[in-house]
Amino acid sequence: MKYMLLIYGNEEAFSSVGAETFAEIIRETDALNQELFESGELVGAYGVADQVNAKVVRVTGGTPVVTDGPYAEAKEYLGSFTIVDCDSRERALEIAARNPAARYWGVEVRPLMHEANVEP
Amino acid sequence: MTDWRAVRRLVPEVLGALVRRYGHFDACEDAVQEALVAATAQWPVQGWPANPRGWLVTVASRSLADQMRSDAARRRREEADAIRTPPPPAGGEVYPDLEARGPTGDDTLRLLFLCCHPALTPPSQVALTLRAVGGLSTAEIARAFLVPEATMAQRISRAKQRIKAAGASFDPPPPAEQAERLGVVLHVVYLVFNEGYTATSGARLVRAELTAEAIRLARELHRLVPGDGEVAGLLGLLLLTDARREARTAPDGSLVPLSEQDRTLWNTKAIAEGVALVTDSLSRGPIGPYQLQAAIAAVHDEAPTAEVTDWPQILALYTVLERVAPNPTVTLNRAVAVAKVQGPAAGLALLDALSADERISASHHLVSVRAHLLEMAGDHDAARASYQEAARRTTSEPERRHLLTRAARLG
Repeated sequence: MKYMLLIYGNEEAFSSVGAETFAEIIRETDALNQELFESGELVGAYGVADQVNAKVVRVTGGTPVVTDGPYAEAKEYLGSFTIVDCDSRERALEIAARNPAARYWGVEVRPLMHEANVEP
Repeated sequence: MTDWRAVRRLVPEVLGALVRRYGHFDACEDAVQEALVAATAQWPVQGWPANPRGWLVTVASRSLADQMRSDAARRRREEADAIRTPPPPAGGEVYPDLEARGPTGDDTLRLLFLCCHPALTPPSQVALTLRAVGGLSTAEIARAFLVPEATMAQRISRAKQRIKAAGASFDPPPPAEQAERLGVVLHVVYLVFNEGYTATSGARLVRAELTAEAIRLARELHRLVPGDGEVAGLLGLLLLTDARREARTAPDGSLVPLSEQDRTLWNTKAIAEGVALVTDSLSRGPIGPYQLQAAIAAVHDEAPTAEVTDWPQILALYTVLERVAPNPTVTLNRAVAVAKVQGPAAGLALLDALSADERISASHHLVSVRAHLLEMAGDHDAARASYQEAARRTTSEPERRHLLTRAARLG
């Protein structure tokens, strides 16, 4: 079963921990990702580019219209996400708890819709 | 004749021959995969060998020898640095073609026990079984499970390390453990089937391979352990379920429930084989959960229309199944049978009792069964709300669409 672990925040939240702690969080995250890769559970881990790079595409009357992301006023935005493929929901929650971001901003855990549904 | 499926079927024999001779299951398994890759590249160009099995054994043995030599060379370099011992003369090792044909089915069984080692998680057992017994490549397995190839490669490599660390050998488990270990093997085959069967779109073609592979493995197991009723039961269950495959999805990919399927699309040959397996194994006892599930599938498959389904018989089978293998999912299915035989109110009463069970109370299955029984009872408002609630809870996309359609039908 695949799960998506999402970390939301904003500039203020992400910078409030201080540069040293932030670097430590990144080191810890990299080590966790390496461990998850080695266990065969990591599908992918991605930092999401800053919202200044966000675009929104809308098709109106068959014509795609691209605008800057409407997120400038949003309080929080998606900072990064990880997809894991693991044995159970408990395991996904355990992985989320080990993510250092869980100590600062929280990690949202969402099951991904899957074609197969083998869990009772 | 270029049948790659037949080539894949040689994998357990080839791997078994190597492991018997050289030990090192993990290295042998890699070597066999390398030989398969070489075969894929060379045979279509240079022509198929007269003896594909011998070719694979020879090439895999060479690959293993290369690997061992380079490992040895590395060790020698490391040792030479440390103690300045002159290296032994290189080369000259001869790995004869292992023509002597071992007891082949026995190898398949030993490999299945090894790949389904209890030290591994079910996803790892499934992945390793598909590679080492099924002969699928890492890329194929990764595609079937919709994960990157690197993730799957790592999962397989970790699984092999775990087997090694657990001290597992190629010898079959001691007699006292065999029944339990066989149970794990059957569960893995069941998971492979389920993964393939529940796919309805996207990677459907790749996953149809999984269904076929699971049935092939179950068939092989039944050939190797013909006296085991549960093995026969599993094969019967897979055949009787797979028989409905063509009818269970509409052309647009949406799910068609059993009661609405066009039964003329069912595979009568598979049904006949499944029914024969169930009938034979039930007459020989002792009776286990796969046999009972197969018997239930057989009752459904033998009904020419949904209306004439023998629900009292299904209810009786679920009652026995619940006693043999108590589990909330079984109780849930029994509630449906109770509703069909005694009316929806009796079924709903059983669901109320089940809601206290933490293992299932949050599951969309419970809610969707409740919706179904409420619809049977004519309470359309409550049924619609339950279908919507179940649609929110499921993590299966086709199922979500199906549940939302049911809700919409109730207006």
